[in-house]
Amino acid sequence: MSGKPKLHYINGRGRMESIRWLLAAAGVEFEECFLETKDDLTKLQKDGSLLFQQVPMVEIDGMKMVQSRAIGNYIAAKYNLYGKDLKERALIDMYVEAIIDLNELLMMYTFQPADKKQQHFANLVDKATNRYFPVFEKVLKDHEQDFLVGNQFSRADVQLLESLLMAEECKPDILAKFPLLQSFKARISNIPTIKKFLQPGSQRKPPLQEKDLPKIMKIFH
Amino acid sequence: MAGKPKLHYSNARGKMESIRWLLAAAGVEFEEQFIEKKEDLEKLRNDGYLLFQQVPMVEIDGMKMVQTRAIASYIAGKYNLYGKDLKERAWIDMYVEGTKDLMDMIMPLPFQPAETKEKNLALIIERATTRYFPVYEKVLKDHGQDYLVGNKLSWADINLLEAILMVEECKPDILSAFPLLQAFKGRTSNIPTIKKFLQPGSQRKPPMDEKTVAIVKKIYGI
Repeated sequence: MSGKPKLHYINGRGRMESIRWLLAAAGVEFEECFLETKDDLTKLQKDGSLLFQQVPMVEIDGMKMVQSRAIGNYIAAKYNLYGKDLKERALIDMYVEAIIDLNELLMMYTFQPADKKQQHFANLVDKATNRYFPVFEKVLKDHEQDFLVGNQFSRADVQLLESLLMAEECKPDILAKFPLLQSFKARISNIPTIKKFLQPGSQRKPPLQEKDLPKIMKIFH
Repeated sequence: MAGKPKLHYSNARGKMESIRWLLAAAGVEFEEQFIEKKEDLEKLRNDGYLLFQQVPMVEIDGMKMVQTRAIASYIAGKYNLYGKDLKERAWIDMYVEGTKDLMDMIMPLPFQPAETKEKNLALIIERATTRYFPVYEKVLKDHGQDYLVGNKLSWADINLLEAILMVEECKPDILSAFPLLQAFKGRTSNIPTIKKFLQPGSQRKPPMDEKTVAIVKKIYGI
């Protein structure tokens, strides 16, 4: 038994990627068990390993944790990425929840049928550049610190960087109007654990491609 | 200045209801400012009150909190409804996310056309009875305690009661195969703060009626 957290999911980003980011940022080594076929999922369900019959599932500290937010909360708290008190935690939660909303939009783009893609893209860019990025740009501008909350590296910084990079994959110049987010991106990317995660060969997963869709649909439907 | 939390939302359950339940269960009095037309929402936005231009928003402890889960986590943490340590918190989070997934299936029903509504109702009943309720029944059976986590009232219990009552509104006998959940429901409903919240005249909101659906549609342009 290795003692390392063990992640159960498909070999793709989906709802597990933010958890990979958090563990990597915290410098925690982890193992992965990939679902390749529907049978793999069915086996886990029949084993009683999945509390609500769903993945992500992470074996950690004797628990088989499910629900990506619960898992993220646990890891963040365990590795001191959740602020120093209730109020800092509240701010981190607000930022992270908004980032999750944005990530849903980003992730859903690949799943859109051809006739809806353009509209989805326009909505995604609008929300990123008018609703979400301006808030984080302002946070950084107002306190002039390196990190979003409490002048200390937290889960909010990790999740924001993940989102910024994903947004750039959709539209490479999406940060053009956000100089502080650009420097934030560079700064956080240079944190040693994150720098390592951003290098080829790490457990970071590439963007979903349309050709991968049939395989994924087969597993979950 | 009142000092009481102030909730900004439509006069409806929606995403705010779980927060009302939490505050009520914790015995915290709160005020509500209802968004009744699009201009009310625009005003909140223009005043810079909504961090991401969305409600729910709750004014609490000098903050204008947004994002339902962030607000609920803060309240649960502040009023000792979040377990005694990291592991209890993990279980509470898992259970709450489960009941939230179930309730999220019910929330859009009033906005759906008749056919979709019927199909989704069947799915809700299936999920409630085969995916969600069996889990909580088993948790209660395995430890034989009154509450889901740590032998103490927590956010998980409050959220489960809210979900049970909401599903019963869809199908009154939904708990027929779950004796421990029935007992849980009776017991938790009798906790004084919760009992008070369940009485007529409280700030608990009724299921959506057609009139409210129309109002909400107008406010959000859907």
